[in-house]
This record gives sequence, structure tokens and C-alpha cells, in this order.
Amino acid sequence: MSDAIDFSDVQGLLRFGYKHHTESAFALLRVRNRAAARAWLASTPVATAAINSGPLPPTALQVAFSAEGLRELGLSPQVLSEFAPEFVAGLGTDPNRSRRLGDVGSNDPAHWQWGGPAAEQVPHVLVMAYALPGHLNRYAFELESHWGVAFELMRWLQTSDMGGVEPFGFTDGVSQPEIDWSRTIAAEDKDRLAYGNLACLGEFLLGYPNEYGRYTARPLLDPVGTAAALLPRAEDAPDRADLGRNGSYLVLRTLRQDVPGFWRFLDAQAGGDAAERRRLAESMVGRRMDGQPLVPPAASTIAGVGTEAKARARNGFTFDDDAAGLRCPVGAHIRRANPRNADLPVDTQGLISRAVRMLGLDSAVLHADAVASVRFHRVLRRGREYGERLSPAQALTMAPSAETGLQFICLCADLARQFEFVQGAWIAGTKFAALPHEGDPLLGNRLPAPDEPDTARFTMPREGCPSRVITGMPQFVDVVGGAYFFLPGLRALRYLATA
Amino acid sequence: MVLAEVRPGHEQPLRDVLAQMNSGPGQADPGNRLLPFGRFESLHFARFAILDDTTHADLAAHGVTPAALPTYLAFFGDCDGPAEAQLDEFVRVAQGGLLEVFTHCVDCPAGSALAAWLRARNLPVAAAYANWTGRTARRVREERAIAEALGRRVQALGTTGSGQLQAVRQQLVDFVAAERREGRLLVTPDPPTPAGWQLRNLGNIIAIPLIGLVALPFLLLYSPLFVWQLRRRELADPEIVPAPDVDHVAELATFEDRGVTNAFTALGSVKPGRFRRNLVTVLVALLDYAARHVYGRGHLTRVQTIHFARWVFIDDKQRLLFASNYDGILESYMDDFINKVAWGLNLVFSNGVGYPRTKWLVAEGARNSQAFKNYLRRHQVANSVWYKASAGLTAMDLARHTRIREGLERSTMSDRDIEDWLRSM
Repeated sequence: MSDAIDFSDVQGLLRFGYKHHTESAFALLRVRNRAAARAWLASTPVATAAINSGPLPPTALQVAFSAEGLRELGLSPQVLSEFAPEFVAGLGTDPNRSRRLGDVGSNDPAHWQWGGPAAEQVPHVLVMAYALPGHLNRYAFELESHWGVAFELMRWLQTSDMGGVEPFGFTDGVSQPEIDWSRTIAAEDKDRLAYGNLACLGEFLLGYPNEYGRYTARPLLDPVGTAAALLPRAEDAPDRADLGRNGSYLVLRTLRQDVPGFWRFLDAQAGGDAAERRRLAESMVGRRMDGQPLVPPAASTIAGVGTEAKARARNGFTFDDDAAGLRCPVGAHIRRANPRNADLPVDTQGLISRAVRMLGLDSAVLHADAVASVRFHRVLRRGREYGERLSPAQALTMAPSAETGLQFICLCADLARQFEFVQGAWIAGTKFAALPHEGDPLLGNRLPAPDEPDTARFTMPREGCPSRVITGMPQFVDVVGGAYFFLPGLRALRYLATA
Repeated sequence: MVLAEVRPGHEQPLRDVLAQMNSGPGQADPGNRLLPFGRFESLHFARFAILDDTTHADLAAHGVTPAALPTYLAFFGDCDGPAEAQLDEFVRVAQGGLLEVFTHCVDCPAGSALAAWLRARNLPVAAAYANWTGRTARRVREERAIAEALGRRVQALGTTGSGQLQAVRQQLVDFVAAERREGRLLVTPDPPTPAGWQLRNLGNIIAIPLIGLVALPFLLLYSPLFVWQLRRRELADPEIVPAPDVDHVAELATFEDRGVTNAFTALGSVKPGRFRRNLVTVLVALLDYAARHVYGRGHLTRVQTIHFARWVFIDDKQRLLFASNYDGILESYMDDFINKVAWGLNLVFSNGVGYPRTKWLVAEGARNSQAFKNYLRRHQVANSVWYKASAGLTAMDLARHTRIREGLERSTMSDRDIEDWLRSM
């Protein structure tokens, strides 16, 4: 069953960040002519996860579809309905989803630049163009020249190379789950008693066992005598063709960052002290600006982090020894996004301890057990910055010449359990890990919930005295666009273009 | 829990009346004209739900023709003291409003007979869980006021030097004492627990293990047969876990995430046959025992986000209703179920028609996470009206407030404990 993965059927983005391809732009397209759109999709080379010897290709292209796009391309409603319901409904179309994800107030999809609730706002196809320095302009021009009949170009989402630093000035994308490409993790449902960074293939690629040892639902088709015959067979249903296999869901959100607002607020809190200003910012993020975490590396090695000193220093840590958040505040951004814990509270050893903790009878660890089992809630991030970068010092005195932010991109196999859970429960949630009432210090929308007057706070626990609570936090990040996409495997892409 | 049969054809007018109690989708206005929930001092939560059973037909998968069952209006809440007393108070304060609601139910009397009529429809709760046994609604309000006052006070203090922790605590203790003298903060002593309740509780503590002890030899004799009966059914029982209807989910979601706490109501049929019926009866009784005597100090097994939960058999144990008040979004509630206490859910709910296949009563089942989520959503019923007294507070907030108040009352505290205590403010 555990067949080796066919990298040539996987889009490259799942395996690579295309870090050498520092230039990139993402085209949002709407289908104008189905036949022409299909013809373009069938003939356009898409970069795969296979590693080729030789020099890097100057450009790489990835293609993903919204549910609306699949419909436009002619996928039957029946098959479409077998995709994840979140994908079928879309990111910006359902007020209940928006409320859950914190996309309210100035984040409300009604104000979005793209992806909002109006039908014409939703892109059908996402074309991601990556290029080595100096190659993007010509490449984008060339792509556009082929689209005329097939697509209407809604907009290009531009990106800029900030050298691995996001607009606030922090090294970004430091922590990523390590995907178990060689399928070393057995497909079984077993408690993990230690935090690990190695994630089952099925957490990110459809068609493989996930962390529960099960296959996430996706469209399975009848292969007999139809175009579906070219699709891979489903591992869990060998008589069915697997439209999901080697594909993934892609979340794209345009996050506008108020860099002057961020640094000016912190400067005021720090009374103009540059070092203190920086310290506050680092507490909110949970890492130093250079990417070093605020807690020391764990004594034991963490699976999936690697043994290299730099990787261990940056990612080989948990918050087990900092339960109170004295080093890294409990509400810090990286702690919310990945609380780094196991299925049972730390130091669960032996059958008795396990039984006691399973029954919730060890009161000493209950508080830390409010949040558990992060392995079911990981996402693979592939975002890119856009706009002009300002240093903290510049941000105090000038405004950027153009809008600045992050094209947030993440990949996962289960939108509800992974992206929506992390965004809804941990980032937008104002009660994360039993904190009294505060949202994410960077991404929080600061809006009072109907029954919570004030969430514009950030709590920094301190040794030997009460926590410092920063109040009156403005909103630093606005969501200004977004959509859910399906990033198909290569054979699935061919199926979508021909069936 | 009051369960009243809805008069045929009156479902829509009933929904319309219930909607008049709300200030937002499904969210009760505490001062609404019909039943002003905010006026009842001992009330924590309350809700009205029309029990539309959309999954009753699943019984056909067991080769059973589903009996025609009426649509009920369920009216229930969580209060201090006996439910009957709360019902009587509801009628005393809001008889007119309640009549406007229950007039859409079969045999609703006119005027003052309502109280007795409601009492007669008050079903026994098969299992009940309270996050903190004995913490009254009044205590919750008083502790909140203390915690908020101390929170402001502590922020005004700023940093404290080392070695000052004892002095800081004394200052805060004195502050609260002064505020209490001025009547701005209250710590009302709990009314004495009625002796009858104490006695019944003690009886319950002893009785269940005693029954178990007496039955043990018989259970041991029966166990091989039980294992055979169980496994035979577990392997054969149909799993009914299609994706829930999109419109049904959309309706449920409309009522959710309007505040930090949500209300969950679900209804399902017990699998046909004596075996499942007896098994679920015993397991729910044991669950009730654990919820009463083992938990009730801030957590039900590992789950700390449930304020109150109840399991009620209806229609002569043909169906089981589960209702809870939980913190956070449904996805995180379901994931707590799956990741922290799947075994516990399996024990009870695997006796329900269509539940994801279990193994040995505790394994698999809910761990089949997507199937379980589908099952749960399919069986969920929308609440027409839901009221929560402690607005904006999670169960963990309430526990934190209790610890803050207890910290004031302790005669001594170590520096270490004072640090934790201050940080919790």
C-alpha cells in the first residue's frame, strides 16, 4: 500500500518554497472561454516536485482553482460536492465563516480588494509565476499574451523580495512542518507523547493517510471508460480514481500590514526607547527579529527538526519549560500559531500516569492541557511579501510609498481542521490557552465581541510580579483579499483540462 | 428539561414567537418581554429548541420501521437548586409570556395551571455535568466583580520589587475587605446545602459502587457473552455518516460564534434491541456518577471548556438528547472530543444509530474524525433561543475567578503561589 510518492505528479510548491526564484507574481483569472481555458491548462508546463539535475529553470509555474473555477471548467456539481465543504463554499462568501475566522470589521470580505462575496470578485484560476531574478517581467508578459481568449485577468498580486523578512522586520517562514515524504510514519492512530515536527504526508497531500491514519475525504471517481482513467487509483479504494491524490488545498489571503502603525504604537509604549520597543515587538512575535526563538532549545531532539545546529536553535524547542509564558508570552504570535505540544501533557510516562492524565485527574497539568495535539493543526506556509520594506526606524518617521503586507499562502489537506482551526480558534480566538481576552497580537482585529468589551490587549507575564498588560492595541493587519483554492496533482490537472 | 409536544401545524408560529425573545440569531435578549431571563438570579443558562428529528429515519438501516414520533419543544436550563423551583419562578414572573409560547403545544392549559403542567413535563436528566459543582450564579457574579476590580488594581500597581509579594497580597486583601465594607464588592456566603440533598448525594456515592460490587460475580459470568454480543454488533451495525446537508449546517452556523460560548443540542435514536438499550442505560448512569462525584471541579475528563452538559432519554429511551454549553468554535469543541476524550464519547454514543464504527466500545469511533464530525453535525438541532448569564466568560475564566477569590481567603500563601495568583488577574 505504501507506494513511494510520484514527485512528478505533485506541484512543486508542496515541496519547495522556490527561494531562489525571488521574483514572483500571482495572477487571479476568470474563465472567459471554457475550451480555450482548458486548452491553455492542458498545454502549459507546470513545475513539479521532482528534482531535476542541471541548472535551475529560470521560471516555474503553479496552477490552482477555486470551486467556482472548477465549475466554470465544467466539473460536475456531484464531483465538486465531494471536495471539502469549506472549499466549495469559499473563503469570503459566508458571514458565518467570516465571523469564525475574525474576518469582520475592517477585515470584512465586503471591503476586500478581491475574493469578496460578489460573484465577480471570486477568481476562478490562480496562476503562480516564480522566476529567477530578472526573469519575471518577460515571463508574466508572455503568460498574459496567451490568455486573451481564455481568461480575463482580474489582477496580478505582486510580491517583493524582502530577503526572508516580513514587512514588520521579522525573519519569516522559520518554522515549517517537515513532511514525511518517504512515508516512514505508519498509517495508524496512536497517541504521540512528544511534540514532533514530522507530519504525515496526508496532512498536506490528499490521497495519503493523515495523522489519524485515515484518508481525508476527496472526490473519488469511477475510472471505467471515462477520462478519469488517467487519474491515480485511490489507495483506500483501489477501484476508484482519486481526483485529490497529490493535490492540496491552498489558502491565499492578502494581509495588509500597517508598518508605521506597528512601530509607532510600540515606540509610544516604550517611551521612545529603541531597545525596549524592539523587546516588546519580539514578545508579541515570540521570536527575535533575526528569527531566534525566545525560549532555549529543548534538551532532547525533536523529530523532523533536523540535527543541524541552526535548525535546532531556531526550531528545536517547545514551550514545556515556559508554561507561564515568562520567556515567551502565552499569547505571542508563534505560540498561538503552533503551541508545540503533544497528545498528552508533558512528561507522561508509564501506564498509570497515562491513565491518570487521560482521565484528566492530574490537576497539576490541566491548565497547560487547555491546548493539545498540535499535530492535527499544522499548515505549510508559502507566503510572499509585497510592497516596500521600511526599517523600524524609518517606519517611525515616514510612510511606505505603497501598500505593504504579506500574500499569506498556506497548504493543507483538511481546511476545517488545519487552516480554519488555527485561524479561528488560536489566532482570532480571544480565549486562547485560557488567556482572559485578547486576540493575536499581530493579526487580531481588536473588535469587541458582543459580550466582550475589550480584546485590544496583550499580556506579558513577568517574574515576581503581576503581568504587564498592554492595552489599546490598534489593528496592525487588515485582511484585504482571499480565497480557497485546490492545487491539483499533475494528472488531476490534466483531467480537469480534458474531462 | 420540559418536553412538550408541538401542536400539528403550529411549528412556524411557535418559531415566530420564540424569535421574539432574541436580540440576535438564536441569542436571547436578557430583558425580553416574554421571558426576561436576566431577572432570574439563580439561572446560568437556558434554551428553547424545537426537536426536529431529521435522522430518525436512519433506523431503517437496522431493518426497523421508524415509529412516528411527535415534534417536541424542549425548554431547559441550568440553575442553582431544584429545577421545579426554577420552573415555578419562571411562571411567577412570566406566566403570560410562557403561555404565548406553550399555547403552540398540545394540551397547554390556560392561566395558573401552567406551573403544574410544566412540572408534569419535566423529564428526569439521565446524566448531568456541571463545570463546578456548587458554584452558584450569584457566586459567579460576585467573583467576576472581585476579579475585575483586582485586575484593575494590579495593573495600577505596575511592577513590584522582589521580596514585596507578601505585602502586595496583603494590600490586595485589604483593598477587597475595604470594598466589601463599602458594599461595592460582595462575598455572600453560600446558603447551606439542604440536608436532603447531602443525604441523597452520599447515598448515590455509595450506592453505585455497592451495586457494582454485588453485581460483580454476575458480570464476570456474563462477560464472555457480553463480548460476543458486543463485537457481533460492532462489526455489523451500519455506519451512517454522510456529509451533513449544506443548508442544515448553514442554519446551525448562523447561531454560532456570537460570543465566546456556544450551545450544542443533538438528538439521536438508540440502536434497536434490548442489548443496546440496557448498555446505554448503564453507561449513562456511570457517566452521571463520574460527572457528579469524580469531576465537577473545572473539567470533565480532560475537557475544560464545558459549562454544563446533560444527557436525557426521551420517548421511552428510543432517543437520547445531548445538550451542552461549550467555549470556543465548534471545530475546537469537536477536536477536543476527538483528541482528548474519544473513548468517553464512544462509550455512550456508539449505542446511537449510525455512529462511526467502534472497536471494543472505546477505540476508533470518534477517532474517525471526519465521519464523527459528519455524524455530529447531522444530529445537531438548532436552538431557537439561548441565554447565558455570564456574558463573555469561559469556563476557564470562571475557574480563574474562583481561584482569585480563594486566594483572598487563604490564611497564608507562598511567594510562588502569590506570583501565580497575581498573574491570573
